[in-house]
Amino acid sequence: MTIDIEQTNKTPSRPRHRKLDLKNGRVELTHGAGGRAMAQLIADIFAPAFDNAFLAQHNDQAALPMPKGGRLVMTTDGYVVSPLFFPGGDIGSLAVHGTVNDIAMSGATPLYLSASWVIEEGFPLADLDRLARSMGEASRAAGVPVVTGDTKVVERGKADGVFITTAGVGVVAPGLDLSGDRARPGDAVVLSGSIGDHGVAIMSSRENLEFETAIVSDSAALHGLVADMVAAAGPHLKLMRDPTRGGLAATLNEVADQSGVGITIAEDAIPVKPEVAAACELLGLDPLNVANEGKLIAVVEASHADALVAAMRAHPLGREAAVIGHAVADEHRFVQMTTAFGGGRIVDWLAGEQLPRIC
Amino acid sequence: MKYVDEYRDGALARGIAATISAEADPARTYRFMEFCGGHTHAIARYGLEDLLPANVQMIHGPGCPVCVLPIGRMDDAIKLAENPKITLCTYGDLMRVPGSNGASLQKAKAHGCDIRMVYSTLDALAIAEAEPDREVVFFAIGFETTTPPTAVALQIAARKELTNFSIFCNHVLTPSAIRAIMTSEEAKRGEVMLDGFVGPSHVSTVIGTDPYEFCSEEFGKPVVIAGFEPLDVMQSILMLVRQVNDGRAVVENQYIRAVTPEGNRKAQALVEEFFELRPSFEWRGLGQVPMSALRLRQTFAHFDAELKFGMVTVAAADNPACECGAILRGVKRPEDCKLFGTVCTPENPMGSCMVSSEGSCAAHWTFGRFRTFARARSGERRSA
Repeated sequence: MTIDIEQTNKTPSRPRHRKLDLKNGRVELTHGAGGRAMAQLIADIFAPAFDNAFLAQHNDQAALPMPKGGRLVMTTDGYVVSPLFFPGGDIGSLAVHGTVNDIAMSGATPLYLSASWVIEEGFPLADLDRLARSMGEASRAAGVPVVTGDTKVVERGKADGVFITTAGVGVVAPGLDLSGDRARPGDAVVLSGSIGDHGVAIMSSRENLEFETAIVSDSAALHGLVADMVAAAGPHLKLMRDPTRGGLAATLNEVADQSGVGITIAEDAIPVKPEVAAACELLGLDPLNVANEGKLIAVVEASHADALVAAMRAHPLGREAAVIGHAVADEHRFVQMTTAFGGGRIVDWLAGEQLPRIC
Repeated sequence: MKYVDEYRDGALARGIAATISAEADPARTYRFMEFCGGHTHAIARYGLEDLLPANVQMIHGPGCPVCVLPIGRMDDAIKLAENPKITLCTYGDLMRVPGSNGASLQKAKAHGCDIRMVYSTLDALAIAEAEPDREVVFFAIGFETTTPPTAVALQIAARKELTNFSIFCNHVLTPSAIRAIMTSEEAKRGEVMLDGFVGPSHVSTVIGTDPYEFCSEEFGKPVVIAGFEPLDVMQSILMLVRQVNDGRAVVENQYIRAVTPEGNRKAQALVEEFFELRPSFEWRGLGQVPMSALRLRQTFAHFDAELKFGMVTVAAADNPACECGAILRGVKRPEDCKLFGTVCTPENPMGSCMVSSEGSCAAHWTFGRFRTFARARSGERRSA
């Protein structure tokens, strides 16, 4: 993102060229070839969408001020969701929320993002523009700018519309040490809200599965909620994690495995929207395995669970927060659930593939 | 969720559980087979075992279409998919079923075979219409519940005169499987100790309750047709306990909200129009079972993938250590198998019972394996 189109157009020595046809135009291979067409694509679509001081320097990298104190946190995530636009979001906003959340789950404040786009030849410029603006809006809303990026175009059929990879950095305050291996018997497990919304929203818009539902994806940046949680429970917080692919079940099993504990949860305590429950019933899915993009679980010392839940409920993204269970001593590291029916069962990892390209 | 939550009411369940405990004779054991994988799944998912007294035991039956599909037929499907002209359409749970030598449709797909997961026979038809250059084969499996939709697909294909659509038919019949269990070698030796059946749910909406009469008449075993919701299963168990206590053996219908004695006549007529009985068909675990499966009628032979592509099924043996067969016959439990949870897990299934969520091994592993460890700790015999 190094070429200033305004300058290009105004420089007499260079030929003027027409603006991109954002209505009917398509991405062509030349848009990724490193020439003027690529510069125009960046200048017309990406630069205005992400507009910030670091990008405006037009360098191949962003030079960022060093945060004072604490530890640097870094993450990266690829986004291949299908369809690209879904109820409640699109791949552009999702690529911001997902990466911001991965940073935030360490208790860190996310600071900067990078974005790398792989675009398929023939992709409508109008859709590309919409996705870029959506990414820009999500990053501005989160207060985490996209400070550097890259675009590539591949031949038709070699990708599916758009794939995006974002990376992020953040900084975690001194004294805060959240890690998946820190759950201990007795700790409380807290969930921030209803599960399965993202997965069901995606499924409802899949071509061969279309069904009508009012459910929208819960895709959201959680770092604001996390900041309130850190303020409320601070060093008593053991770990946080966002249950994306594989759902709550996979996340709880990861924690149990990493920490070497069992986890018991109560089905009654886990909020599931009626529409999500109905869709899962119809499709033969378990909401526990369905993906989320705006929810988190936290493990906290039991003594601070109430304070944590109260702080979460005061935040718009944590209104339904509740203690759903506890870590227990168990050499088998089972996640077990008391069903609403009164029996017990294991909550296992999902075997096989429930739905490809959910995020 | 209206009309669903009502059948998952924990307080009602505890009430029925208390009645079962009160009425079950502590001096004897009650061993009931839930025929369907749907029941197996409900029992495991809702933890019904925890609500039943120790002397009321559930034995998982063969009513999981994925589980009873023999390896040879799976090999056939993979062979079909390897034909570059063919697009094989299949329900998702068949993707991971192991064929011979560790092959599976999932692996074949990764190697470039055109295999597509569909949610209905109509999806397969739509593919055939949209891609006239492809030979679209629908991998049809299932009991009487899924046969009518296959018949509908054939009806539409015939009406539209589609020439690139065919069916690889593996539809099987429930009553024949119950008979096979009751007349197996183990049954003759008295090793299949069953006091009654929790009878099929969705299957019975199609075939009705009449086809099960032989079970009580010939074999003196009570049958209670039961819905798939956990309260349905609990109530049916209570009804079975009462029949046993009264010395009765009749077909009773708990699932009256959906099942009638004669079943769905329209669906039966549709199936009759397109399908006929095979003289014999191999079932995993049960072996060759006479008159237990369907094939396309001669009139519709051009839609029969087996004839169209000259398929010859070669029977293939199960892994000798795999106990799927004995488990499907109700003789062994998943935890009796040496492979269970060691080399055979849902991620890496050796036997078919570990694949479908309705399979007894997968259900026990996914939802109930903590009981195996609890039993082992308390020193209880794992084998029943």
